Amino acid sequence: MNSSVSRFSLWLLLAPFLLWIVLLVLVPHLQMLRVSFQVRESWDTLAWGLEQYQNFFSESYYWRTFVRTGVMSLFTTFLTLLIAFPIAWYIARLARGNSKGILFLACLIPFWASELVRTYGWMILLRESGLFSSWLQALGWVDGPVEMLYNDVAVIIGLVYNGLLFMVVPLVTTLDGMDESLVEAGYDLGGGHGTVLREVVIPWAMPGIVSGCIVVFMLTLGSYLTPILMGGKDSAWFTQQIFTQFITRFNWEQGAALGVLLLVLSSLLVWLGLKLTGQSLRKVMG
Amino acid sequence: MALRKTRISALATLLAATTASGNLLAEELRLITWGGYAPDEVVAQFEEETGIDVKITLSNNEDMISKLRATGGAGFDLAQPSQDRIVGVQRQFNIYKPIDYSRINTGQLQASMVKATQESTALDGQSYGVPSVWGTSGLIVHSSVADTVTDYTDLCDPAVAGKVSYRLKRPTLIGFAFAMGMDPFAAYEDRDEYQSIMAKVEDKLIDCKDNVKTYWTGGDQLLSLLRTGEVTAAMAWDAGGWKLNAENPDIRFVAPESGALGWIDTFAIPRRSENEEAAYKWINFVMQPEIAAKITNASGNFTASKGADEFVNAELRDAYRLSFDEEAINNIKWYPPVPPGLEAMEGQVLDRVQAAN
Repeated sequence: MNSSVSRFSLWLLLAPFLLWIVLLVLVPHLQMLRVSFQVRESWDTLAWGLEQYQNFFSESYYWRTFVRTGVMSLFTTFLTLLIAFPIAWYIARLARGNSKGILFLACLIPFWASELVRTYGWMILLRESGLFSSWLQALGWVDGPVEMLYNDVAVIIGLVYNGLLFMVVPLVTTLDGMDESLVEAGYDLGGGHGTVLREVVIPWAMPGIVSGCIVVFMLTLGSYLTPILMGGKDSAWFTQQIFTQFITRFNWEQGAALGVLLLVLSSLLVWLGLKLTGQSLRKVMG
Repeated sequence: MALRKTRISALATLLAATTASGNLLAEELRLITWGGYAPDEVVAQFEEETGIDVKITLSNNEDMISKLRATGGAGFDLAQPSQDRIVGVQRQFNIYKPIDYSRINTGQLQASMVKATQESTALDGQSYGVPSVWGTSGLIVHSSVADTVTDYTDLCDPAVAGKVSYRLKRPTLIGFAFAMGMDPFAAYEDRDEYQSIMAKVEDKLIDCKDNVKTYWTGGDQLLSLLRTGEVTAAMAWDAGGWKLNAENPDIRFVAPESGALGWIDTFAIPRRSENEEAAYKWINFVMQPEIAAKITNASGNFTASKGADEFVNAELRDAYRLSFDEEAINNIKWYPPVPPGLEAMEGQVLDRVQAAN
C-alpha cells in the first residue's frame, strides 16, 4: 500500500519532466528525422530517400555555411573563455564579501533582457550613426562616420557577449573550490606565474572550462538573432538556412535534414573536443 | 498523402487544445494579416457594430502559409495572403476553402481588380481570394542620388556603393530580371527559360554585393537605415517611401524605369475556419469606402474599395501622384500566380547570393 503510494507520487513528480522531454524534445526530433528522409516527388506524392542529405554535400553553400558557422563558433568560444577566465578568477578568488555578490550580479543583469534587446543595444552602439562612431568623430580621431556593424567582427562581439555568463558561472564554481594552498605550494616549489597557471590552476579548472565551452559553443552554434541582425550581407549562419528552408521556402524536408545534420555534426564536434582534452561528459557535468 | 495527414493532425490537436478554451466565450474572428491592415479604430468600430471580438495576428506571406500549413488550415478564420501566393500553395497544401462570391458585396469593389483576383486565384473552377489591399515595390531614393538611381540595376552603380539596401527575397530577383531587360513572368511556365533568367540575375546580384550595406529583413529596419541616411537608395515598398517622404521631403518613392512590381493582398478563408460568417462580415465591413480609407491612412497602401480615394488624407494622395504618373501606372508589372517549383529554384539562387563573397 505504502510503496504503491510512494511510487505513484514519484511518477507524479516525474510527470512534468517526462511530458516535457517526450512531447517537446523527443517526439519533434523523431518527427523531424522522419521528415528529413521524405522526398517530394511531385506535389502530392512522397517517397523515401536521401536526396536532402545529398543536397547538403553537393550544394557547396550548405556545407560551406556549416563550416563557417562551426569555425566562428569555436573562435567565439575560445574568445569567451579568454575574457571570462580573469573575470571568474577575480570573482572567485580575489573579491571578498559583498563585492563578490555584486560582481556576480553585474554579470547576470544583462541576461534579464532578451537576446533581441541586447543585440539591438549593440547595434545602437556600433552602427554608422551610432554612439561609438559619433564619439570617435567628437574626439577627432576619424573624419567621417565609421561603420562598425554588419561584419564578422560585430557578430563575434555580439556572440561573445551573449555567451559570457554561461562561461563565467561554471568557472566561478570550479575555481571557488580550489584550495589556496595548492597555488602557494606551486610557488613554493619554484614555479613562476605561467607554470602555476599551466600546471595547477588550469588542470583544476578543466571540468569548468570544458563544461563552459560546451554550453557556449552550443549556444553560439544555435543562435539566430545575433548573426542575422549584426552580420549584414555576408553573415550566412547555419540556423538561418534552416529557418529559411522551413519558413520562407516551405521546404520542410530540406529544413529537417539540415536540422538533423546540425544536431549530429555539432554533437560530433563536442565529442571530439572531449576526446582531445581527455575529459568525459560524466566528469564535466558532475 | 496519408503521411502528411498524420503530421498535420498531431500539430492540429496541440493547437486545438490551446484554442478550444476561447471558443466557449463570445463570438470571435481570428484574423491573420499584415501590419496596418486592421487599424485599432476600424477594429473597434467593427466590434461595436457586430459584437464580434477580433483577434489579430500580424504576419507576412511566408509566415501565414507556414502557420496554416502546420495546422492544415486551422487556427484562423480569415487570412490575407498575396494573390500570387494562393493557387500554388493551395495545390500543395490544401489550406484554403473557396470563396462564396454571392456573400461578398462586390458592388463596393473595383470590378477590374475583382476580375483579376478571381482569375489569378482560380483552381478547379473556384476562386480562393477577394482583393483587399494593393501596392507596389520600387525604389526609395534620397534626392542626392535620384539622378543616378532610376532602375533596380542602378543600385549596383559605384556612385552609391555602400549606401544601398534590398531584401534577399523573390521580388528582388524579379525586379532585377525586368531591369536587365528580361521578362520573368513570361517564363513562368518554362522552367528552363526561367532557370537561365535566374542564373543571369544571380551573377548580377553577386557582382552587386559589394555595393550593398546590408540586406534588410524588416520594414522598420529599412526605414531606420534610410532615415539616418546610412542608406540612400533601396528597393522597397511604396508605402514605406511615402511614410518617409512625410518626414523628410528629400526621400521619395519612385517607380523604376522597368516598372514597379504590383501586388494585391487578398482575403482568403482558411480551410478549417471556425467562423466563416464573421469572416464575410469583416470583408464586407472593411471594404466600405470610408473604412477602407482608414486602412489606407494607417498602412499607406491603397485598397480595392471603390470610391475610397476621396476619404484618404490629402498628403498621401499627393505622395502617390508624385510617384505614379499615368505612364508609371500602366507600366506596373502585376505578379501572376507562382507555379509550384519555381520558389525552390529561386531559393537556391538566393542562398548562393547570400553565401557568395
